[in-house]
Amino acid sequence: MAVTSPQPFTALPKAKSQLDARLELPENVVVSRLDELASWCRKNSLWPMPFATACCGIELMATGAAKHDLARFGAEVFRFSPRQCDLMIVAGRVVMKMLPVLQRIWLQMSEPKWCISMGACASTGGVFDTYAVVQGIDRFIPVDMYVPGCPPRPEQLIQAIIDLQDKIQAEGTITGREFDTAARQLRKRALTESGDLLTLDASRNPVVQRQLAAQRTSPSTPVR
Amino acid sequence: MSAEPDTSIDSPLADGSDLGFQALAAAMPGLETSLFRGQRRVVVPSASLTDAMKRLKESGFDLLVDVTCVDYLEYRGATSRYGLVYLLANTRTNERLTVRCFADDPEPTVPSMVPLWPAANWLEREVWDMFGIQFAGHPDLRRLMMPEEFIAHPLRKDYPLQGKGERHNFPVISREQS
Repeated sequence: MAVTSPQPFTALPKAKSQLDARLELPENVVVSRLDELASWCRKNSLWPMPFATACCGIELMATGAAKHDLARFGAEVFRFSPRQCDLMIVAGRVVMKMLPVLQRIWLQMSEPKWCISMGACASTGGVFDTYAVVQGIDRFIPVDMYVPGCPPRPEQLIQAIIDLQDKIQAEGTITGREFDTAARQLRKRALTESGDLLTLDASRNPVVQRQLAAQRTSPSTPVR
Repeated sequence: MSAEPDTSIDSPLADGSDLGFQALAAAMPGLETSLFRGQRRVVVPSASLTDAMKRLKESGFDLLVDVTCVDYLEYRGATSRYGLVYLLANTRTNERLTVRCFADDPEPTVPSMVPLWPAANWLEREVWDMFGIQFAGHPDLRRLMMPEEFIAHPLRKDYPLQGKGERHNFPVISREQS
């Protein structure tokens, strides 16, 4: 597969060496994992859902407009239907009467999806510490990236989107629902580490058994 | 020009810009009135509010500009807790008049002005929402701004600015649920 991006994927070194030993790779061919490819596609085609309620929304519009040109990062396709979006940008304060709407829109977005809390008000309530204003949307919906500022400049929002891209590349979908069980993740890793593409049965794979044993002894080891 | 309201002047203004007020003062003597920077104000007891407002409308006040309320809790010299404020205007003569009416706990109630001015509908709903003043005769006295399930009246002085926890009473959506 021809890829022109400068740093498209990071293949695991061990697997790469093993595959290199077996395969003759022509020029401009990169071998990677399917997860990496999926994450690479996802992070470079974020479709934002603008939940703009206040002055942060003006900066959000400026970010999408010609000067700052969010299209450079593949996120210029603002859609006003949550069904078509995978990145909700909450720009501005959210009052408690609006919160059920916010939650409903978040639930209407399809997986995988991410959320940016833009500005002081969306993140903490800002100066509006009153009976009507929600003191940070992360009390009620999950948030992946916070942007400080009142309002933040477009550069800050772009930085948040770049950081979110790194997060997507590193973590895949945040829930990882398609790879949700630990055993399956261990099997995935075992597949790349053992080099034996046929030993998929976890009960007979020695690498999986070793990893499960290590997991039992130190349960704090993150499984990815 | 004095900043204090001058209550001694009840005679008609020289430019004839308070004819509607003079008609009310003649029909209902004994009302507490004041003049501030050329504008008349009158205090009407709630029992005779409907009568006074009907007279004012018939005398030419065809526009109800605003209905709002003041909470005089712990206000120096206050005798009643709530002060309703009605701003009237006569669009032909440009005369303006401020009508005030007081109400008290436990159930502050004043007659509704919706039969006279339909504009009072949403204005009185807002006052009900924010101050909890009951408007007797209002056709649809629901909250205007706060959510329906809201219980308090947040612009009352004894309501804390940060609320009583209402803004936290929502279900939390986690990553696993969404």
